[in-house]
Amino acid sequence: MATRWFGASIPRNEDPRLLRGKGTYVDDIDLPEQLHAAVLRSTHARARILNIDVSAARELPGVHLVLTASDLGLVLEPSPLLVPHDALTQPRTQLPLALNEVHYVGEAIAFVVADDRYIAEDALDLIDVEFEPLPVIHNMEVAVAEDAPLVHQDVPGNVAAHLIQTVGDPDAVFINAPHVIRETLLMDRGAAMPMECRGVLARWDAYEEMLTCWISTQGPIPIRNGLAAIFHLPEHKVRVIAPDVGGGFGPKIMMFYPEEVLTPFAAIHLGRPVKWIEDRREHFISANQERSQLHEVEYAFDDQGILLAVRDNFIHDTGAYTPYGIIVPIITACTLPGPYRLKNYFSEFKVIYTNKVPVSPYRGAGRPHAVFVMERIMDRIASELHLDRTEVRSRNFIHPDEFPWDVGLIYQDGGPTRYDSGNYQAGLDKLKMILDYDNFPIQQAEALKEGRYLGLGIAYYVEGTGIGPYEGAQVRVESDGRVFASTGVTSQGQAHCTTFAQIVADQLGVHPQDVMVTTGDTQAFYWGVGTYASRAATIAGSAMHLAAVKVREKAIKVAADLFEAAPEDIELADGKVFVKDAPHRSLTLGQVAISANPLRYAYGENARKLMSMKLAASRQGPALPPERGAPGLEASEFYSPPHGSFASGVHGAIIEVDPKIGMVTFVKYVAVHDCGRIINPMIVEGQVHGGVAQGIGGAFFERLVYNEEGQLTNASFMDYLIPTATEIPTIVVDHLETPSPLNPLGVKGAGEAGVIPVPALFASAIDNALSTFGIRIQEMPLHPCRLYELIEESLEQKGQ
Amino acid sequence: MKPPRFHYCAPHMLDEALALLDQNSEDTKVLAGGQSFVPLLNMRLASPTYVVDINHIAELHYIEQEDGYLAIGATVRQRQVERSLLVQEKHPLLVEVIKHIGHMQIRNRGTVVGSVAHADPAAELPALLTCLNGEVLVQSIHGERVIKAEEFFTGYLSTALEPGEMLTEVRFPLISPKTGWAFLEFARRSGDYALVGAAAVLNPAADDLCNSAHIAYLGIAGAPIRGYDVEAAIVGSALDETALDAAAEASRMLVSDDMEDVHASVEYRRVLTAELTKRVLRTAWERQSH
Amino acid sequence: MQDQEEITPLFTEECDIAMTVNGHRYKQKVSVRMLLSDFLRHELHHTGTHVGCEHGVCGCCTVLLNGEAVRSCLMFAVQANGMVVTTIEGMAGTNSDLHPIQQAFQEKHGLQCGFCTPGIIMTVHAMLHENPNPSDEEIRQELSGNICRCTGYQNIVEAVKLAAERLREQQMEVL
Repeated sequence: MATRWFGASIPRNEDPRLLRGKGTYVDDIDLPEQLHAAVLRSTHARARILNIDVSAARELPGVHLVLTASDLGLVLEPSPLLVPHDALTQPRTQLPLALNEVHYVGEAIAFVVADDRYIAEDALDLIDVEFEPLPVIHNMEVAVAEDAPLVHQDVPGNVAAHLIQTVGDPDAVFINAPHVIRETLLMDRGAAMPMECRGVLARWDAYEEMLTCWISTQGPIPIRNGLAAIFHLPEHKVRVIAPDVGGGFGPKIMMFYPEEVLTPFAAIHLGRPVKWIEDRREHFISANQERSQLHEVEYAFDDQGILLAVRDNFIHDTGAYTPYGIIVPIITACTLPGPYRLKNYFSEFKVIYTNKVPVSPYRGAGRPHAVFVMERIMDRIASELHLDRTEVRSRNFIHPDEFPWDVGLIYQDGGPTRYDSGNYQAGLDKLKMILDYDNFPIQQAEALKEGRYLGLGIAYYVEGTGIGPYEGAQVRVESDGRVFASTGVTSQGQAHCTTFAQIVADQLGVHPQDVMVTTGDTQAFYWGVGTYASRAATIAGSAMHLAAVKVREKAIKVAADLFEAAPEDIELADGKVFVKDAPHRSLTLGQVAISANPLRYAYGENARKLMSMKLAASRQGPALPPERGAPGLEASEFYSPPHGSFASGVHGAIIEVDPKIGMVTFVKYVAVHDCGRIINPMIVEGQVHGGVAQGIGGAFFERLVYNEEGQLTNASFMDYLIPTATEIPTIVVDHLETPSPLNPLGVKGAGEAGVIPVPALFASAIDNALSTFGIRIQEMPLHPCRLYELIEESLEQKGQ
Repeated sequence: MKPPRFHYCAPHMLDEALALLDQNSEDTKVLAGGQSFVPLLNMRLASPTYVVDINHIAELHYIEQEDGYLAIGATVRQRQVERSLLVQEKHPLLVEVIKHIGHMQIRNRGTVVGSVAHADPAAELPALLTCLNGEVLVQSIHGERVIKAEEFFTGYLSTALEPGEMLTEVRFPLISPKTGWAFLEFARRSGDYALVGAAAVLNPAADDLCNSAHIAYLGIAGAPIRGYDVEAAIVGSALDETALDAAAEASRMLVSDDMEDVHASVEYRRVLTAELTKRVLRTAWERQSH
Repeated sequence: MQDQEEITPLFTEECDIAMTVNGHRYKQKVSVRMLLSDFLRHELHHTGTHVGCEHGVCGCCTVLLNGEAVRSCLMFAVQANGMVVTTIEGMAGTNSDLHPIQQAFQEKHGLQCGFCTPGIIMTVHAMLHENPNPSDEEIRQELSGNICRCTGYQNIVEAVKLAAERLREQQMEVL
């Protein structure tokens, strides 16, 4: 069947509403009788709580409730460990309010509910907490030192998890390897910083005995299940809605943030809706962060530049708790081999507690680290052997005829890390052409004569996407011919309401504008998981497709019956269902939907006409014969992938460095990516642009600077530097399509692609620009001051 | 982040405002543009009991050319100065400096006088005022006084204002069309508070050498710093590389030892200041020769 | 607001204010510490203006005050007394067609999650009024006071260029 909408860059269904300011983000919803909450947060990174005096706060006019841990009853339990793992022997999750001890600056200690947020914050100022400060474990170095103080008293050595994985026999290879290099590579904390902070609005309806929560979350269904469990409610009596969400990027797939329990608790207790909206300062100290890992890597290669073996030993900073298990370091371990043939690989990691904000995935989720390590390896091999960097990569690539390629490790979904398809050389060739790679050395030499330092960087990545366990979708044609589709995944700007509409429109012969997609409402679709790990288009999209196919089949059957034609002769196009070559024998899709539902009572003109049509003919047997299935044009389908599909890409950039002051500007940026077949190229490019911008932010602008007391010293947008329009270059995007054989659409995930290779790319470009300084970048993020210091160090080492 | 409670008043006359300021002088703050003040309130880093909104005081709304200087009243927005034909004609350096302040949304509300009164060491206008050897007019119900820029800025967010006093006018000395002037700052992002910055005004002599120089820095100490040693290094020279190197070296010494923050170590600030010095002086010198 | 005829102004914690928002006049009593952003969003239920930081950096809260783009999180509602405010809800025409700027943003995919978008559109509206034919560099410079986390700005720049072109054409037609 020819697809008209799949692959088309159509404008988004979401836009008119959002452009008019008619979006509905959590704080836009104001319910009658609503109250407002604020959270008192720890100002110490590690301390015992000796006493909390809330009496003055309770007395403040306008305050309705002040909760501390002792007020929570049975709800005072650690939040669920979201992704258990055998290697995670010492998991710890957070209580909704701190009981005797606090473990990070920002940890929730008390919850105030008042007439408005202004008064609630006034009440916070009146709460008196007596702390006994304890020694702070402010980074991993302190945490792993001998006799280090403990973040959690019962977790020896501050080690939450320890996992070793081996592929092949790296030890044997290292013994005989012609070249072995050892390096320490560091990546440090960063944060997703969506423009909309977190938020929860909870309403307990006493008549219906129903809890409804609007939450700025990426995973309403797990939260619905969790809230039902924690409040002992039947699941169908809990409705969680992710309305419009102003960016997610990872930290909003989480359960529970304390506020997600405290807000409904307060709403049930008070019998009035309660709203908690996070402000930006809170977001800095209580929304999950990520990106901190330290790698000791050893690698062996031969004179041809073939990578023979890698030993990667790293520690991962999980902050004060492990809410999301050890997904991020597992992804790092599995992503490290990249597009290269690595058959002898030893990976060992330890997950380390520190007195900092807890860690859960942020766009990339461990892949940027892995790519940083591997791409640094490739660049180093090239420089050691005086080979071209792209030549070394080419020599190590997995070839197109070698798929499926088994990396030999268990991926984050419990399945094999098995690359389904790809063509890495083709991607590199495309990049080199667009960048004019071969002529760059001339450009570089010219610039050097003028005293300017230009550099070109390259970084390749393979990205696991589209993991299970599953998603589902329901598609239904309504009597006016519009199509209603729903799914359990939710949206934070990825245009699901458009891309899913395109998928459905192709099957049902309607315009995507006539397909209304609902995401993220547990009442609209019951089953599913959430939006994370670049999986929504692949998994939920596939389920949409399957459901739409079923509805199409049904429409054809019903029409074939009505027109007394053969099913193969029925077509769907332009909102009509008709007999091929006899277009006058047609009905609208809506009329077919009405016909598919045997009626006793007519409603509306259409129904009356159709009922008369049917009654005119004599009827034999049941009105709804068993082979017809359910009434109406409706189907629900689920899709569960056998394992993840692997997208890939390569980015290249030309930068200019001013070594006197460590400043860097972009001259050109190119991203070539392969996410299999593309539903809407404009959307995918937008995702790449945004990912690259976050990557650039994370490489050169954004740093979370904690001091030795575990205080975040730059907890505002003034000092945490998110790039603006003047810092982000124009990004040239091109793509390659190696379809995935794993799902009916042939798609792979694309949401995280933009950000993954950027730190590696940046390091590669700086090394290249400053090769005469002998610099070798081994840490991210950088900023001009640090780059200046590294340049000075290199010059000193060169004896200049 | 919501502001704490306060009592608010918006007088229409200056003497009313001064009277109000005097009533509870220790606990009263002036609200003009609010672009620096309101964030402090939102973050509850400031909690004055009384706030006097001066935006309705018509008599404070003026940009006037006086004898040798431009006088700007307390309620004039930065954007108004930026767009003022008078200022564009008479003081292009002031326009250039204002363009570096934040973003246009900030400049649409922020006031020139307010920025000077707030005295953030990384702010542009205090440094310019210092460079030009400008003055401020301070008033209270007890009278008025004129304070020179270098005496006005006393430290980090601190000025010579006494309780009950208000800055009502800032005076930017005019510079002759023959001078070379420049303003430059290093910032991480467009519109950020600068890491370091400088305003420079150079006067040529008849022999094409530098006759006099004024340079003042922002972001290198708790208050704007006039670079006398830097000026000495270039006066009498043609701003050749030797003179510029000496100027750069002198400027390093001006960076205070406590100027370390999340963005820059002290040494890095010194490196930036040295580079900045060369670039701003070169630009100023080039401008005077055209 | 204190009556303008009164001789001695008094300190208050509450004020009666009146302002025109998107062409409609509103009168209300407000707490003096209520931010303009909160007033617009929760008193007038114009929730199109968003709050991203409340310290004046992100630009999500940008509205037009007497035609000038300002950060509504850095103003108190009482300070807008007697003024004319335009928010995103006032951009579409009376027949609720999208404004050319809004139209261009859709065509060029200049928004993803939509949270920063109203603030950006108000900034662009003010920008194009002052500079109807901006270069790429000028556009990026003028946009640097609005942070977007989703788009990487590229399509926003394209949208602004398209909007500028269309608005110039409209002006030509008028002439």
